[in-house]
Amino acid sequence: MTAAFYVAAVVAVLATAMVITRANAVHALLYLVVSLLAVAIVFYVLGAPFAAVLEVIVYAGAIMVLFVFVIMMLNRGEQAAQQERQWLTPGIWIGPAVLSAVLLGEIIYMLWQGPASVPASAVVTPRQVGMLLFGPYLLAVELASMLLLAGLIGAYHLGRQERHAAERDIQKERAGRERETVAR
Amino acid sequence: MSVVPMQYGLLLAAVLFALGTLGVLMRRNIIFMLMSIEIMLNAAGLAFIAAGSRWGQADGQIMFILILALAAAEVSVGLALILQLYRRLATLDADVASRMRG
Repeated sequence: MTAAFYVAAVVAVLATAMVITRANAVHALLYLVVSLLAVAIVFYVLGAPFAAVLEVIVYAGAIMVLFVFVIMMLNRGEQAAQQERQWLTPGIWIGPAVLSAVLLGEIIYMLWQGPASVPASAVVTPRQVGMLLFGPYLLAVELASMLLLAGLIGAYHLGRQERHAAERDIQKERAGRERETVAR
Repeated sequence: MSVVPMQYGLLLAAVLFALGTLGVLMRRNIIFMLMSIEIMLNAAGLAFIAAGSRWGQADGQIMFILILALAAAEVSVGLALILQLYRRLATLDADVASRMRG
């Protein structure tokens, strides 16, 4: 199974190199997702299937979707349709598609090989992780939950502030208009 | 069946971390800087997994889960800050926001 590691490692490095050299944020995100999927395969080969699943669900799923949402919110809108047409040229998606196809081939190969392809000697099962996580590492779990709560409140506060200011602007405008009508 | 040596896992983590550092230093677009930070956090997690698999212990995966929680909290606050920056200054250039006054 060492070949799978090397192929996934090369894909990860190539995709990461493409991420930091792209001019367009969405193109970089495509490569970043491929890079994270490749790292997930590396995790699997290294005998950490639980971490591989978490990598796909949380990193390539949730965090990347957050990035996509923010980039969509930052989109100016006027040249959006033209940009969309530009983005869908084959030159853009062929790179991530080829790299993902390599990863897909790797997964099919590993499934074809059956359980024998898994490095059985070093596999750390989710059960072991869970027992350790809620035993000796319980304090760390609590701290992580506090951190996530702080992140939640921070993101809410930062995202809310501007709407407050906008409401204030609207109220100021309305008050000004009322003053105008009273003066008239 | 041969097992991947730990050195190669750590080497891959180091290369990915170096690429992430390069991205932070090279790019001035703040979204790309945040993405590079994600790459670096991911590389740190990979190093923990490689070390954990070397000794067959679950501690490496636990550190990876904690890094994952850290990355999720960091990216949510970071993206909210990016939205604020874009609304106030109408730019994503990190150099424009270099002067912060209260």
